Amino acid sequence: MSEFKGPRTWEKFVWPIVAAALALAIWQYAVIWTGTKVFPSPMNVEKGFAELLHKHLLWADIEDSLRRVAIGYGVAALVGIPLGLCLGWFPSANQVVNPLLQLLRPISPIAWIPVAIIFFGIGDKPAIFLVFLGAVFPIVVACAGGVSNVPHIYRRAARNFGLSNLQLLRRVVFPAALPQILVGLRIALGIAWLVVVAGEMIAVDSGLGYLVIDSRNSGKRYDLVVAAMLMIGVIGLVLDLVFRRLETIKSVRWGFRNAA
Amino acid sequence: MRFFVWLRPVAFLLVLLIAWEIAVRMHPGLILPGPIAAFAGIFELMHHGLLLKYAVASLFRVTWGFVLACITAIPLGLALGWRRRGEIALSPLIELFRPISPLAWIPIAILWFGVGDLSAIFLIYVACFFPLLITAMSAVHNIPAVYINAGRNFGLSATAFVARVLYPAVMPQLLVGMRITLGVAWLVVVAAEMIAVNSGLGFLIVDARNAGNRYDLVLAGMIAIGVIGLLLDLAMRSLEQMKSFRWRSSEE
Amino acid sequence: MALAQAVVAPIKNGYKLRAEQLGVVYTSDGKNLAAIEDINLEIKDGEFICIVGPSGCGKSTLLNVMGGFLSPTSGSVTIDGERVTGPDRRRILVFQERGVFPWLTVEGNIGFGLSNLSREERERRIAHYVQLVRLQGFEKAYPSDLSGGMRQRLQVARALAVDPDILFLDEPFGALDSITRVIMRGELLRIWQTERRTVVFVTHDIDEAVQLADRIIVLSSRPARIQQIVPIDIPHPRNISSPRYLELRDELLKQIGLAYEI
Repeated sequence: MSEFKGPRTWEKFVWPIVAAALALAIWQYAVIWTGTKVFPSPMNVEKGFAELLHKHLLWADIEDSLRRVAIGYGVAALVGIPLGLCLGWFPSANQVVNPLLQLLRPISPIAWIPVAIIFFGIGDKPAIFLVFLGAVFPIVVACAGGVSNVPHIYRRAARNFGLSNLQLLRRVVFPAALPQILVGLRIALGIAWLVVVAGEMIAVDSGLGYLVIDSRNSGKRYDLVVAAMLMIGVIGLVLDLVFRRLETIKSVRWGFRNAA
Repeated sequence: MRFFVWLRPVAFLLVLLIAWEIAVRMHPGLILPGPIAAFAGIFELMHHGLLLKYAVASLFRVTWGFVLACITAIPLGLALGWRRRGEIALSPLIELFRPISPLAWIPIAILWFGVGDLSAIFLIYVACFFPLLITAMSAVHNIPAVYINAGRNFGLSATAFVARVLYPAVMPQLLVGMRITLGVAWLVVVAAEMIAVNSGLGFLIVDARNAGNRYDLVLAGMIAIGVIGLLLDLAMRSLEQMKSFRWRSSEE
Repeated sequence: MALAQAVVAPIKNGYKLRAEQLGVVYTSDGKNLAAIEDINLEIKDGEFICIVGPSGCGKSTLLNVMGGFLSPTSGSVTIDGERVTGPDRRRILVFQERGVFPWLTVEGNIGFGLSNLSREERERRIAHYVQLVRLQGFEKAYPSDLSGGMRQRLQVARALAVDPDILFLDEPFGALDSITRVIMRGELLRIWQTERRTVVFVTHDIDEAVQLADRIIVLSSRPARIQQIVPIDIPHPRNISSPRYLELRDELLKQIGLAYEI
């Protein structure tokens, strides 16, 4: 890079704080300067937060959203990982199934809502179905890719040592593919979080997504809207960080170039 | 037999479609129509010119939102990737905003832009901005140090460096990121249209259901969305294959 | 089975490995490209053989066929009288790079082929081979923590741990710097003299071949045929300034058609 010395450790804390403070200041100033009556200032949002916490609304909504993600994502992993591994291991199976996946993937899970409602009614289940749809494609693709990208050299070495097919899969292919699988799982979790919020804005009446839409519809409470948005961001970030932690485990760290 | 290999996925799809049609016929009370009705729905929409009109509306929004995001996010991302301090400063903010579903921005979008095209374009813009920003930053990180040193060694000016070293070096990864982001944009436009706008393929789905439970049109819309999304993806992939961008694969 | 004992199995015709009329033809874009042609050779048990030839001539192809990773289009390879039809743990191939499993520690890698042994036996063997290749202190380290030379030593340890009859090495030091290469040659010879196996070593480095081999098989450029087999009659340790060494080296350079004055 253009600086010879890399940034020192204190800088890793100072600069983000400076940037965040600057952003808050600009926000506050913009609200005052435009004299808007509706858009909240940082302080309005903070008060809104307190209000939500006080009314115990926030926890219930967070719980609902997380629950739907947990179930939908869990099912997506249970279905997607074996399916992806199979597709990666049997290229002929992949060749047959892949076009269908490529056709279904660009259809936003939200577009499935009418179909979901037919089969699951209204409430939790269609939201879980949407999360499943959103998460299953990245998981399948990552597992298939991870398996098919295992360097031939590892397979050859394993065969050299006389491993059977099953042993090869368990002791070589799976560990070799694991870094890529983990990345896919992390991305899928991020998508699941996006989808659940979106789904709650349309098809359900609880959860953080619903909170966003409802705060506006029932009273133009934009302070609550922004508070809910920030909450969504924070939880999504935490989920991502937890996953990144997994990527530092020694037996998969080799697969991540940037893991120090 | 190359021809038969190509036939297999087609056969697979046909088998699924037939199974679907049979399943629907066996449940006469089911609202969900079968594939034949869905394809008939496509023809009906095409006949009325609605399919084209709505597809164009959706594509129009995607294009504008995506292009605006490219113009703003990519240079910013490249700059941040280059200046580590800038990236360190903004990274937490970016990571905070990234997990917020673009659709959660709808109330703000409506507040600022009302209900209509501008709102939808804003949503697409937000949806594309963060992934493109992150891709650009990552692409700069991944430039092998040897290229940068060579550029310095030959005494290139700043503009020459950007044009002759930076840009070609980041292009392959940027193109992949752009393709993925375009896919995201397509997903978001449909969702956004279902909630906040009065035209487009997303709106078609919502409207077909609300105004008469025309589930055949709902499915027709979904099929159209899938096909167009796939075509967009293939178009971007062919861009990646162009020779001048393909050097990356020879590296590996 | 004692670890330091080389495998002594009934050998038909006195040869460990025999290749007869070996040929490999690749088809690409409808064209037939012969990689190796008409290879006939015999390798005795415990011999150290080097295969040299210009880059791309088919040395690796020959090695892969002998190891059972590639099927020949004509001819056959027999080891101990048995025809080679696939990979087998009695003949382990050591690759140029990226051969060790990055998700396993040094111990994990060496123990990779030993899962059918009892725990004590396995631990004993791992400890023995860690010692032999001089990786003590790194048992719990991962390959990403090791240098290139250490990773190659790890590969050799992993290969030897399963007690193979033959060791195939495909330019194993090619990715290392020249100083490490010299050190590794010494290490390999030391290991080979401690635990004697048949070794087939592919290299494009003439000096390496003359320093290591009992016999050198010179391959022509594609399609590779055996151009010459040069026996090296200098006993180990070899003085690389001795007249005989230089004579043999010159002979080989001439074989490959290289001038020796730059």
